[in-house]
Amino acid sequence: MPTDVAELVAAAKEGDRSAFDELVRQTYAETYTLAYRLTGNEEDARDVAQDAYLRAFRGLNRFRGDAQFSTWLYRITANCAATFMGKRARNRHEALDEDTPLEDERPEVDPERRAHSLDLRDQLGAAISELPPKLRAVVVLRDIYDLPHEDIAAELGISVAAAKVRLHRARHKLRSTLFPEIDEVEARAV
Amino acid sequence: MRCDQVAEKLPEASEGTFALGRRERRHVESCLRCQAELVQYRKILRAMRAMRTEVLEASPGLLADILANIEEAGERHAIRSLLTGRRVAYLGGLAAAGAAGAAGAIVIAARNRSKARIRLAS
Repeated sequence: MPTDVAELVAAAKEGDRSAFDELVRQTYAETYTLAYRLTGNEEDARDVAQDAYLRAFRGLNRFRGDAQFSTWLYRITANCAATFMGKRARNRHEALDEDTPLEDERPEVDPERRAHSLDLRDQLGAAISELPPKLRAVVVLRDIYDLPHEDIAAELGISVAAAKVRLHRARHKLRSTLFPEIDEVEARAV
Repeated sequence: MRCDQVAEKLPEASEGTFALGRRERRHVESCLRCQAELVQYRKILRAMRAMRTEVLEASPGLLADILANIEEAGERHAIRSLLTGRRVAYLGGLAAAGAAGAAGAIVIAARNRSKARIRLAS
């Protein structure tokens, strides 16, 4: 059995089930990580990861190999997460507005967590999970996974311009959360 | 040029792909506030890029669940292929029987025609 991802993909495309299983073994933790970052919780991340692999299995013959397998899988995972979050928002009968935070962002609500954040990375993880899902998806796919704007737009079902606007807003929100000093000075000046 | 005019472009400028205009660049070079903001965006971006290599520990049983789902999907696919194959064979059989029947009918008709011609000639 090959161990290299490209060889595994080639074998899986030929119908070798064990090769596809090996691909899953090699990539599932990364796929789960992306799904977790997009959905913000463990249970949803599990569902999204499972769905992503089913779609990958069914669509493997459409993978032409002009991108890396991992990038192809990121795109599928992003698409699954967008579908999942969309369905969930509809089921809740309260579509989440882009500006609606998942949690209360006021520092006084949970000062302990902010005070105990060890470093920027920890604070950043928390700040990302507090972003509204639509903004979070774009900033995670662009700034962590380095997907092009066009791919992000295609997988989330939005225009490239909308993807760029969301990215801008997400970055701005992250900076305001992590480095509130400048905004506070600005607010005082006003 | 004022800070708020430049501030809108700083998130993109942090990525390095969006070049600030000459006037905007000059403003940033002389403005400590905008420089500080740009540094903050860059710090965030660097930290995010570093997150790419971080892999979370997947919840227990996830791998088994994924593999089981694929197994099930594979079996369904195999059954579907089998049924499709049988359907093709069945239709092929019907078509062959139809073609044989038609060929037989043509042969019989041709024979009858030639018998009738012989009878007329005699």
